[in-house]
Amino acid sequence: MNAVRLERVSFAYDGRPVLENTDLSVQEGEMVGLIGPNGSGKTTLIRLIGGVLHPAEGEAHLDGLDLRCAKRKVVAQRVAVVPQQFQISFAFRVEEVVMLGRTPFLKVFSDGARGDRAVVNQAMELVGIMHLRERFFSELSGGERQKVILGMALAQQPRLLLLDEPTAHLDINHQVEILQLLKRLNHEHGITIIAAMHDLNLASLYFQRLVLLKEGRIFADGTPSAVLTSDIIGQVFSAVVQVQSHPLAGVPYVVVLPYGDKH
Amino acid sequence: MRDVLQRNRQVAVLLVLLGFLGLCLLMATALGKVSISLPDVVKMSLNKLAVFDFTPTWRAVDETILFQVRLPRVVGGALIGAALATAGVLFQGLLRNPMADPYIIGTSAGAALGITVAMLLPIGMAFLGFGLVPLLAFGGALATVMLVYYLARVGGKTPVVSMLLAGFAVSAMLSALMFLLITMSDRLHLRINSVYMFLMGGISVTGWGQIVIVAPIVIGGIVLARLLAFRLNAFSLGEEGAAYVGINVERDKIIILALGSVLTAAAVSISGLIGFVGLVTPHAMRLILGPEHRLLIPASALAGAAFLVIADLLARTLASSGEIPVGIITALVGAPFFIYLLRRTRKEYAF
Repeated sequence: MNAVRLERVSFAYDGRPVLENTDLSVQEGEMVGLIGPNGSGKTTLIRLIGGVLHPAEGEAHLDGLDLRCAKRKVVAQRVAVVPQQFQISFAFRVEEVVMLGRTPFLKVFSDGARGDRAVVNQAMELVGIMHLRERFFSELSGGERQKVILGMALAQQPRLLLLDEPTAHLDINHQVEILQLLKRLNHEHGITIIAAMHDLNLASLYFQRLVLLKEGRIFADGTPSAVLTSDIIGQVFSAVVQVQSHPLAGVPYVVVLPYGDKH
Repeated sequence: MRDVLQRNRQVAVLLVLLGFLGLCLLMATALGKVSISLPDVVKMSLNKLAVFDFTPTWRAVDETILFQVRLPRVVGGALIGAALATAGVLFQGLLRNPMADPYIIGTSAGAALGITVAMLLPIGMAFLGFGLVPLLAFGGALATVMLVYYLARVGGKTPVVSMLLAGFAVSAMLSALMFLLITMSDRLHLRINSVYMFLMGGISVTGWGQIVIVAPIVIGGIVLARLLAFRLNAFSLGEEGAAYVGINVERDKIIILALGSVLTAAAVSISGLIGFVGLVTPHAMRLILGPEHRLLIPASALAGAAFLVIADLLARTLASSGEIPVGIITALVGAPFFIYLLRRTRKEYAF
């Protein structure tokens, strides 16, 4: 079954088109990396699938739900979003932040029942932040924060997880840790994952399918070996690169060449 | 086990605050220009409730003072404090700004103009125990909030920033209008003292009539606010973040704004513009108990009630003749306390 189905979707911010006539289907259980230069529409695509933006034209379906008329609460019970810039006001503790992920399941007269606490504990266990539960979110390091945000998203028990550059601003060890975690969630828990990635090599290593955006259109869609060719990257990023094979994984490995220095 | 502990902590905190409020109420009822001994207050109350039948050891006039004058005033003070503190939590939570207070989106300017107009009019009208003054205060407050909300609305959304800006502009305009009226009108010159009392925040409860109307609004409002607690928690993620966890942002924003405004307007209708209760109380409670609204809302309501009851007691008793507007007391006590809290916990209090 389709987890996500976009048909001829267009979107513009104040008349400036960001996505044009985009078709995209993602099957349940897939792990898809969205790549493309800054401003190519990755974030907008994630907002559209997350249902907080509505397409100006075309249709967006999530799990068979028409996103245009679905209730926010119903959507949030199916899809969780880790935004690029997460913000939280006031001094919340880690456990309280993760609890916010239960919001779509809370009812007016039973807010935060035992069942919700159990889910929160599971989510914290899964991302390995149990030991941080009493700490203030604002005091954590970047890597720890990202795990807490992921924990909050998992507390939503989503079938689909959307992430906007989840590894940006993280050290290499935390980047790998987060991506390993995503892989595990996808393999062991069957969560469909769509993540915008800016690091092409990490995208190549961890995603079986890459969707490459250029100026609001899907330019290429396929396996890393099909999408990450020096020709395509040259056209989309206007950068001169050489694509080699990763010494261990055998997937494409993009090497940036000094500008204009073609071999 | 952890859950039980946490729940117990919440209950304990609320019980302590409730007990403290009870003590404040008792003290404020006993003390005043005519002091009544504490045992007598308790006995009279129990007699009134027909629980016991103590032989009076007090003068009959004491009983009249207690039940007809002082008790409505003290209860009114508690309601005002609770309403302002709850409105403060709602606005601070929604706007994600710890400096927001119940008057932030124009409530005070609207109420002040309403009062001025009421005093300008040559008619003395009363409705359900309310004079024209509190009615126009209530109406002015709500009308202004609606105007601000309408002005801030762009393309089906109401961004927080444009709401604050619209609130600021409208408030400035209405204040100017009010001062213009005061300057131009001879009638207001004669009553400048009443206008002044209102602007400085004086409690104007004169009997049970007003309490009977205001109490259900305030208590109902606090209960509703508590039911909205988890939505307010979600709003600390910002509007987009709140939407991602399933909040219907535009709808819930209207509900929270309306509730905060009604609570503020209800308080304003039986008092003047009392500052600092709605700002300091939620702030202090958040620093002590954390930002979780499920506990923060009832705790702030109780603490705000206690704060205002004590402030009103001081306002009634400090001056040898007449009384000081309670707003002066809340500012004199509230502002230094606010600064102290900020300096003491600056490290933990990141926002």
